[in-house]
Amino acid sequence: MSLWQYVTERWDRLSLQAWLHLSGVVQCTILAAIIGVAVGIAVYRSPAGSAVATALSSTVLTIPSFALLGLLIPIVGLGVTPSVIALTLYGLLPIVRNTIVGLAGVDPAVTDAAKGIGMSRTGVLSRVELRMAWPAILTGMRVSAQMLMGIAVIAAYAKGFGLGSEVFSGLTRAGSANSLNQALAGTLGVVILALLLDGVFVLISRLTIPKGVRD
Amino acid sequence: MTTSPTTDVTASDSPGVSGAEIRLDRVTKRYPNTAAPAVEEFTMTIPAGKVVVFVGPSGCGKTTTMRMINRMVEPTSGTITIGGRDALHIDPDQLRRTIGYAIQQAGLFPHYTVAQNISVVPGLLKWDKKRIAARVEEMMDLVGLDPGTFANRLPRQLSGGQQQRVGVARALAADPPVLLMDEPFGAVDPITRGNLQDELMRLQSELGKTIVFVTHDFDEAVKLGDKIAVLGDRSTIQQYDTPDAILANPANDTVAGFVGAGASLKQLTLMRVRDVEYSTDEVMVVTEDEHPATVADRLTKAGRTYALVVDDRHRPLRWVHVRELAGRSSLLQVGKPVGDAISTQSTLQDALEAILTEGGRAVVTGSRGEVVGTIDITTVTDVIAGVREEHGVGEAG
Repeated sequence: MSLWQYVTERWDRLSLQAWLHLSGVVQCTILAAIIGVAVGIAVYRSPAGSAVATALSSTVLTIPSFALLGLLIPIVGLGVTPSVIALTLYGLLPIVRNTIVGLAGVDPAVTDAAKGIGMSRTGVLSRVELRMAWPAILTGMRVSAQMLMGIAVIAAYAKGFGLGSEVFSGLTRAGSANSLNQALAGTLGVVILALLLDGVFVLISRLTIPKGVRD
Repeated sequence: MTTSPTTDVTASDSPGVSGAEIRLDRVTKRYPNTAAPAVEEFTMTIPAGKVVVFVGPSGCGKTTTMRMINRMVEPTSGTITIGGRDALHIDPDQLRRTIGYAIQQAGLFPHYTVAQNISVVPGLLKWDKKRIAARVEEMMDLVGLDPGTFANRLPRQLSGGQQQRVGVARALAADPPVLLMDEPFGAVDPITRGNLQDELMRLQSELGKTIVFVTHDFDEAVKLGDKIAVLGDRSTIQQYDTPDAILANPANDTVAGFVGAGASLKQLTLMRVRDVEYSTDEVMVVTEDEHPATVADRLTKAGRTYALVVDDRHRPLRWVHVRELAGRSSLLQVGKPVGDAISTQSTLQDALEAILTEGGRAVVTGSRGEVVGTIDITTVTDVIAGVREEHGVGEAG
């Protein structure tokens, strides 16, 4: 059976897995963005805080994904929960770092003027600083999303969601009928989804980055 | 320093004063972990509707002192009142919305258009949209930017000088009684800087705000200030007086050092020809259709050597010497053209320049370019001597 035949015959299951994969990655990226931006806002004014936050999120990234899942399973059990926790943690680093860099890079004269003409602290943050740091934050999210696409495959080990289960079962059944097709379909699916999602990010930056901030 | 005609549009008699008086009383700023305070016991009254310029060397605390007025820096102790209200017991954000603030790099919001930048404070004050739109247009006109051309531009599409204009428009948008300006023209080229200074003086003559202006450029202070405060270390007031008085009689060596060389020359930028007694009958004025022989005759009788030839509208044309008149049949081609004529609106500095290039005496013209008199070097030196005497320098030296 050719790969094409394999995919068309099992389209229902594959497309569902693909959808779950994409949706899981997107949700984890958003979750990581919410936490990451919040952490970035909390620490960007203090050089020490920034260093600690960046170091911590880097440390998470150095833990092998298998190991992290393995550590999480005894605590939260199998299934979606450990996968979401792991993916969100991995997604943090680029977002935290880019948020800090983006906010710290806002021209001090602009924030001084914003405060000086009577904007409140939250006004300065939401109307000026975050708007100007947004390109950097978005880039961080884009990097995170790409990374999570790959890591989500490993999450299948914890009985998570998505195309990882195809890849895993294909590999464990290596040699038997259609095992190669199954692994390939899963892998190619992840690649295609990653490209699609990247395209969406390009579109989002076009639409949401104000002209005056765009390079 | 150049003076454009726009500077002189109003007689300084009674501009409407919309400003408020600012009082600082023993205001001190002490940063943690530093031995000496940044600003120590600063007491000053800034009169309503006047421009007060803080000058001093870098790091003397002049900016810190100014920033305490809108509480960008919180004073450690002391009191500040603006128009009778205690500034330290108002919500700082609310306070700042009633104080214009313009800074060196303009600090425009790069993601907002010019119009959006100007409308920020009215927006914070919850003005309705129509009123804001009208105000934005009014402000752009005021600072000399055509709303049709510039309203929808982004800051980065503007030159440095235009950005500063928008910065000033944004600061004035909600019609605050007080305007704080921290070296607003420090980052633009000298020509633009001169123009912006002229514009600010014109604006101020219309608006009558209370302006606190920080600079390290003493010439700028002399040009803009109704009063100048020369500040030393820890923002101690070395002298607080009119530019005239400071130039004529610096209170101490620090001030003298800051005034620098050429105090008398700077003094000349403060006075205009109309304020001094230029001579109206020193020079014989003749029209072009007079006969050279008659003119020569009159000159000899009056004991003079030069006459000024004017056209039918009494505008200056040429200087003629009595020797040039011999054997001529008409005055049309005779003499040396008048170079720099100065108007009664010109500063004495411009007058001196003209006197030097014209060779001892310059023509003074009125509003329509007609000759109203002449001015020579002794007039200028007499004025300087008079000012120095007035401020008590004569008796001392």
